Amino acid sequence: MASKFKQALDQGKFVVTSEVAPPKGVNLEKMAHHIELLKDKVDAMNVTDHQSSVMRFPSLGAALMVKEMGGEPILQMTCRDRNRLALQADLLFAHQRGINNVLCLTGDSVVLGDHKTAKGVFDLDSSQLVAAVRKLEKGKDMAGNELDGAVSFCAGAIVTPEANPIQPQLIKFEKKIEAGAEFIQTQAVYDLENFKNFMEYARQFPVKVLAGIILLTSAPMARFMNKNVAGVTVPQEFIDEMASAPKGGAIKKGIEIAGRQIKQIVEENICDGVHIMAIGKEELVPDIMAAGGLL
Amino acid sequence: MIRSITRKKPDEELDRLLENQDRVFIFGCGTCTTLTNTGGAEQVQAMQEYLASKGKLVTGSTVLPVACDNLTHEGLRAFSGQINQASALVIMSCAFGVQNIASQLQKMVIPALDTLFIGKETGVGQFNEVCTQCGTCVLGETGGICPVTACHKGLINGPCGGTNNGKCEIDKNKDCAWTLIYNRLAEIGQLDLMKRFQPPRNHQGEPSPGKILLEG
Ligand code: SF4
Ligand code: SF4
Repeated sequence: MASKFKQALDQGKFVVTSEVAPPKGVNLEKMAHHIELLKDKVDAMNVTDHQSSVMRFPSLGAALMVKEMGGEPILQMTCRDRNRLALQADLLFAHQRGINNVLCLTGDSVVLGDHKTAKGVFDLDSSQLVAAVRKLEKGKDMAGNELDGAVSFCAGAIVTPEANPIQPQLIKFEKKIEAGAEFIQTQAVYDLENFKNFMEYARQFPVKVLAGIILLTSAPMARFMNKNVAGVTVPQEFIDEMASAPKGGAIKKGIEIAGRQIKQIVEENICDGVHIMAIGKEELVPDIMAAGGLL
Repeated sequence: MIRSITRKKPDEELDRLLENQDRVFIFGCGTCTTLTNTGGAEQVQAMQEYLASKGKLVTGSTVLPVACDNLTHEGLRAFSGQINQASALVIMSCAFGVQNIASQLQKMVIPALDTLFIGKETGVGQFNEVCTQCGTCVLGETGGICPVTACHKGLINGPCGGTNNGKCEIDKNKDCAWTLIYNRLAEIGQLDLMKRFQPPRNHQGEPSPGKILLEG
């Protein structure tokens, strides 16, 4: 049976996903609190996989917890830490435990994280991982051997609509779809006019697109993202707007901006949903949704 | 010409490796490490002074013409007296040279350099890694630029999401291999090559350790 998330996508519902960040350690209380708060509000929760190459509680374990608490997990899987044997094994386990959504990512380089001398694996890339999921669904492993019991997943991947240069990125985007990605989550988009151009192009492919929304928490944070996060451009007007917020009111302003963007995306039917990233402030996701008219 | 590109080991590491060695003989190499200023006559001289300042007795030194070459044994013979007085050999060549010397002398060898990659001099004093000798060459699909080597992650289907202004996510001074490949393929009208889905690579073209025995 198709996952709940896939059903929502197929029914043409405007889907909303948020993020669950596994802790660095075994204290799962805060994560459990976020899951509890969000599980009935969003269509699915992305569980990040050693985000920014920082070692954390495993995404598979956290996705299982989302499932056990009655939420709908999307398992993020990067190619950085596991070779094709380990990735396939984890997919078998995830399916067997009722986790049926997977987001396939290449993964950040280990040199950007907190274990800088580790070996980066990258046996597969994100498009090859999507293809591997599809193969496992046909009852075969990547080497062509018969499986005793196949998997089924709603598989997705990522695109950065504001990457520079964009053309190589779009070729990769098409390969991910060709490999079988059903949904695409984007890196943060702030300039919706740009994003509309991207969507015009993306609409020719049979794939659902969720726009990435990252909550701005302050003007310096926005400037930091422009400088340091690849493929993210916060327009000057948003930075000015954040800077104009009264003392202590920056977050409120950020929520307002995110809400306005979501509203415009819904009203103009720009894409199929949003993926809200509140990066460490997950408890604000309901406020963002409310500001966007989604609650 | 391909070159073995090296960098001097940190002093602390060298000090640790030499902890129990009081008498050393120093080798340099007249080929790659001379080109990279890591093991030529000047650097050997500087090493000699450094080790003396650390209280080591330097029994002698030489810059071999080609440390990795088989003819090296002649150079070794010429210095056998001084070499014999040493308890350890400090070698300022790439690791090929270190192994070559180690296999010919019953002495402790201490590499003074880290061998980084087999590369190419692409400009004055600039060295780039262009091939990691993977055994399953994909250059025919990428316009002659190697993504296995030039892409930090060795991706073969196109760029990752970290590419920024045409540079690699790990270092804004390194080109993103996939920007280079895209530009090259666009230039020669072969972009279709990049659009082709590449299956996962065979990482065992010649399982390491490589060993080839020509037959007949
Ligand atoms: S693919 Fe790259 S690393 Fe492999 S042999 Fe060709 S140039 Fe060398
Ligand atoms: S930025 Fe480019 S070169 Fe660097 S890892 Fe990503 S694709 Fe490879």
